[in-house]
Amino acid sequence: MFTPDLRVAVCLLSLLSWAIPGQAAQSTPNLGQAVSEEQLQGLDLIVMPNGNGLPEGSGSAVQGQVLYEQQCESCHGAQGEGSPGVPALVGGSTTDTPPLMTVGSYWPYATTVYDYIRRAMPPTAPKSLSDDEVYQVVAYVLQLNGLITETFELNRNTLPAVVMPNRNGFIDRSQVQQVRP
Amino acid sequence: MSEINNQNNKTPWERVAGNGLLSRRHLLGLSLAGATGLIGSRVLAADASRVEIPQWSKRPGRDPSAYGSPSGFAQDVRRLAGNPNATLPGSGVSRTPLHLLQGNITPNSLHFERHHAGVPDIDPAQHQLLIHGLVRQPLRFRYEDLLAYPMQSRIHFLECSGNSGANTSPQAGDSSAAAIHGLLSCAEWTGVKLSTLLEEAGIAEGASWVTSTGADGASMGRSIPLNKALRDVFIALYQNGEPIRPEQGYPMRLFVPGWEGNVSVKWLTQIKLSDAPANFRDETSRYTDLLPDGRALQFTFPMGVKSLITSPSGQMQLRRQGLHEITGVAWSGSAAIRRVEVSADGGRSWADAHLEGTGQDLALTRFRLPWLWEGGPAVLQSRAIDAAGNVQPTRQQFQEIYSPANRFHYNAIQSWSVSEAGEVKNVYA
Ligand code: HEC
Repeated sequence: MFTPDLRVAVCLLSLLSWAIPGQAAQSTPNLGQAVSEEQLQGLDLIVMPNGNGLPEGSGSAVQGQVLYEQQCESCHGAQGEGSPGVPALVGGSTTDTPPLMTVGSYWPYATTVYDYIRRAMPPTAPKSLSDDEVYQVVAYVLQLNGLITETFELNRNTLPAVVMPNRNGFIDRSQVQQVRP
Repeated sequence: MSEINNQNNKTPWERVAGNGLLSRRHLLGLSLAGATGLIGSRVLAADASRVEIPQWSKRPGRDPSAYGSPSGFAQDVRRLAGNPNATLPGSGVSRTPLHLLQGNITPNSLHFERHHAGVPDIDPAQHQLLIHGLVRQPLRFRYEDLLAYPMQSRIHFLECSGNSGANTSPQAGDSSAAAIHGLLSCAEWTGVKLSTLLEEAGIAEGASWVTSTGADGASMGRSIPLNKALRDVFIALYQNGEPIRPEQGYPMRLFVPGWEGNVSVKWLTQIKLSDAPANFRDETSRYTDLLPDGRALQFTFPMGVKSLITSPSGQMQLRRQGLHEITGVAWSGSAAIRRVEVSADGGRSWADAHLEGTGQDLALTRFRLPWLWEGGPAVLQSRAIDAAGNVQPTRQQFQEIYSPANRFHYNAIQSWSVSEAGEVKNVYA
């Protein structure tokens, strides 16, 4: 039932061949202004599973605990257990009845924890944490889940190497797109 | 099928399935005399008083206005909005009142909302759309620039992937069609094809995914495969002819036809081409479908083939026996709707409904079928089939695939029971 569709791959190849640029595009007024990737570094918050996009800096769970108690605990609970309307960040299992899906039991990549907290948390002041502070608090959440030790230094090299327990728990359906007749 | 006679007026009604479903073809073909007879002498006899000229016909009305609003007498046609969320300011939903609307287009003020950090107030003069990553030349577009590009208009539904999730709960809640299914709307969206802008930036070798990010507080991000992005994805600037509403992403949103609503990123500010999905929180922690064995489906993009009867529907009250119209909407994220069947006896017998609409791919299609309610209990259902041959599943068929905890991508057949007292209720049948 969940097999990939080869037709999609073939279709992708043919689309790419026409889209490869040589000269200025014909079908557009060409009003886009050139920018450089360097100019976009402050705007681009995307952290890829391979670590691309992670900033300089570092942090440990020991440091993160202080920050967590100040900025996260009121909603997510002292042990990351969550509160009404706020998800738990720790523990659980996808096979319990009912299942509990958290960073520890569900998320496939540790990089997503950095990506999400940096862009969206805390909800009242998103993007207010420094890059180091995000490393710290991510370290604390991972440590509460027993995935790293209290003094482990999280940085752009060590974070992508943290293997999440549910890394292989997902079935990729992205290429199962029904082709319209 | 059997021809029977209505005892009052001798009009023949052609029954097309059990428990009172009638042929629409036949009703429409009635002679004028027959149609009058159908309405019945009861109505004509009820009130013998003189019909007067109403007061509003005896004085001038209001002046024209710069921006219209609904009649003061139609104020109940509103979105079903939740309470403000204390733990996540601005987040939450408001639902389209499907049971109070007709046709296939959702008015802009009634289009459903789902936000993760509220609706930002964006000055278009300061908004930018950046296209970068695996492209030959990163580009910056201003809103004003995009208004000068060739555009296209498309009628498409948009459905939240959590829509109808309430019906995955073990007990059927006593709720309205809007409360259960109202994270669904359909509009005419106008904008610039993403492929045009990508062509301008030049797609670099190795690019296979497109990530999109919004300018809201949550900087909502999603990844979609490049092949879909080049096929029919566009940047919507207009909604039903006017600039898109702030709740829908003003000044611009991505529009990904047929796919779960969350990938049509609102307040679009960044498009980055990559060789892999970013695995954002909203494509891992959320919008993934848990299976019974604890694994989960990721990137379930096209919304399943689906339909529901919007009238009669949950919490309505039938006030008289006799002829009613069963009507509702059908849609599929994979193709146009080819057929909708209706049952009045809980799925024992089915009749084809009449389809109205454009027959367009990935748009709502209105269906209708006459129904003679003779005062007995009934269970009303609809079942959609799309042009790719997908058939809307029963609730049981859906539940067998997923963990009972999965609330995403629910597209099973909706059952409304009608009691002898005329009460219409959400049931599992
Ligand atoms: C005001 C309450 C509040 C505070 C303070 C808060 N959060 Fe959250 N957090 C939430 C809510 C609510 C969500 C769910 C967001 C959603 O569903 O869109 C969430 C989601 C998350 C998630 C994703 C959980 C999941 O399973 O998808 C993480 C990780 C997280 N928060 C971390 C943090 C960290 C770290 C801090 C402190 C820097 C923090 N939060 C502060 C309310 C809060």
